[in-house]
Amino acid sequence: MTKVEAIIQNSKLEAVKNALHEIGVEGMTVLEVRGHGRQKGHTEFYRGREYTVDLIPKIKLELVLPDNMVEKVVQTINGAARTGKIGDGKIFLSRVDEAIRIRNDERGEGAL
Amino acid sequence: MGKIAVPRFLVLPLLFLTFVPGLLAQATSTVTGDTQSVRVTRLEQQVAEAKSSGDNAWMLTSSALVLMMTGPGLALFYGGLVRKKNVLGTMMQSFAMMAIITVIWALFGYSLCFGPGNSFLGGLHHLFLRGVGAAPDADYAATIPQQTFMIYQLMFAVITPALITGAFAERMKFSAMALFMILWSLLVYDPMAHMVWGKGGLLNAALGGRFPTLDFAGGTVVHITSGVSALVCALYLGRRVGYPKQPMPPHSVVLSFIGACMLWVGWFGFNAGSALAAGSLATSAFVATHFAAAAAVIGWGGAEWLRNGKPSALGAISGSVAGLVAITPAAGFVGPMPALVIGLLAGIFCYLMVVRVKSWFGYDDSLDAFGVHGAGGTLGALLTGVFATSSVNPILKDAQGNAVASGWIEGNAHQLLNQFVGIAMAWGLAIVGTLIILKIVDMLVGLRVSEEHEMVGLDLSQHGEEGYYWEVPA
Repeated sequence: MTKVEAIIQNSKLEAVKNALHEIGVEGMTVLEVRGHGRQKGHTEFYRGREYTVDLIPKIKLELVLPDNMVEKVVQTINGAARTGKIGDGKIFLSRVDEAIRIRNDERGEGAL
Repeated sequence: MGKIAVPRFLVLPLLFLTFVPGLLAQATSTVTGDTQSVRVTRLEQQVAEAKSSGDNAWMLTSSALVLMMTGPGLALFYGGLVRKKNVLGTMMQSFAMMAIITVIWALFGYSLCFGPGNSFLGGLHHLFLRGVGAAPDADYAATIPQQTFMIYQLMFAVITPALITGAFAERMKFSAMALFMILWSLLVYDPMAHMVWGKGGLLNAALGGRFPTLDFAGGTVVHITSGVSALVCALYLGRRVGYPKQPMPPHSVVLSFIGACMLWVGWFGFNAGSALAAGSLATSAFVATHFAAAAAVIGWGGAEWLRNGKPSALGAISGSVAGLVAITPAAGFVGPMPALVIGLLAGIFCYLMVVRVKSWFGYDDSLDAFGVHGAGGTLGALLTGVFATSSVNPILKDAQGNAVASGWIEGNAHQLLNQFVGIAMAWGLAIVGTLIILKIVDMLVGLRVSEEHEMVGLDLSQHGEEGYYWEVPA
């Protein structure tokens, strides 16, 4: 099993979510996060005082998938979330040892 | 459709109610043999009562409007400008004035402002509101109960100290703040209000002052005293921990936005209400107030747009307040066009004070109480001396009681000198009074919260609660 963590632009959430539903992804967790990579922040002015905001609001999706779906999901997220500009985000993949469904203690890929 | 159907059983009682009282009245007057003059007297009395009702309705409405300026208006305006951890502490400072100053006013304040006294302070005649009832005090407002006048003036005494709280936001002890405000109200506000508005006050323009200063609704009494005292507080208390390196942006411009809009509406009570009657002078002040606020939004917003490339919401609402401050002394003396000029100048001037002058000096007037109220109030008081016209309000009279020129624009350049005297008195009293009071309060209870409490925020450290409570949902 693989965990996919995708950090994307706020404005791309709807597109990514719909694209993932179309290829049969059944569950995901979405978080509002702040952070930055290479993208520079922006400045805000309050009564003439300048504030640099370098932690930019982003959306983070977390999905745990059977390994055979991972590549397709990555392609789908790439396709739906890309604008081609700095700030489009990143996708991280990592191994997951076990999944457990709380309702009936089902284990492994069947619990996903 | 469109016709109102009257049930048949109601027709007879209605007819009775319509005609019989008239018949009865005729009968009575014939019986008592009223002469023409008695009837005229009675009619005059009825006209006076009607006028009193109209004026009283407007003045009670205005009183409520001015109270709304403090809570929630100013509480929201200031509350949004501070950091999240200080939102309740900041709102409480305004709200506490609604309670504390009200009690002080009832016991001593009103008498010290408007009781018969000397040039500098009212006497003790109205202590505990003795003799303040339904009968008007003809010196101040001949058509409304003195109690209405008293409650209207109270709302000014409430908001003025609340304005100061913007300067020491996020770092003053609640206990110190309360004690400071009680003393400030008695030692700074009351003398200033008496000098400008009290009968025989040194600066009174209508009731025999030595230096008649034109201040319609409180440019000197409210805005200069509070704004200058705010600056003294900011300097005496020192900067917030981390200022100016650490970013301290407003936690909710949305709250401030709502507050500023309520201030704008409430200001109609503040300025148009200062006519103390519901006549054409109230209308004139209402119009001037609105026009100045609008022009000041354009002044501040435009200056910001030129400098930063964007007009901000915070800039727009700050501009409206600056314009309202500046038109306050002038509202009942100037026409609509000068009001536009005063507003526009105030918007630009206060923007420069807040953005350039403050950072140049480096003081931490946290929410710009001085930059807006002190600076805007001073500019407004000066411009009142320039633009006041006797056709709007014939307040200055010669020995024979004929109206004479008011402002510079009408040829009375001397009025500028009187305005200077009024402004200087307000500045001087605010500086000296505030310094002495700060010293006393500092010795008695200490002014600032501990550094640790400042980090935690006033909400938790002073009040034991949070503005935005968060817990895992059950």
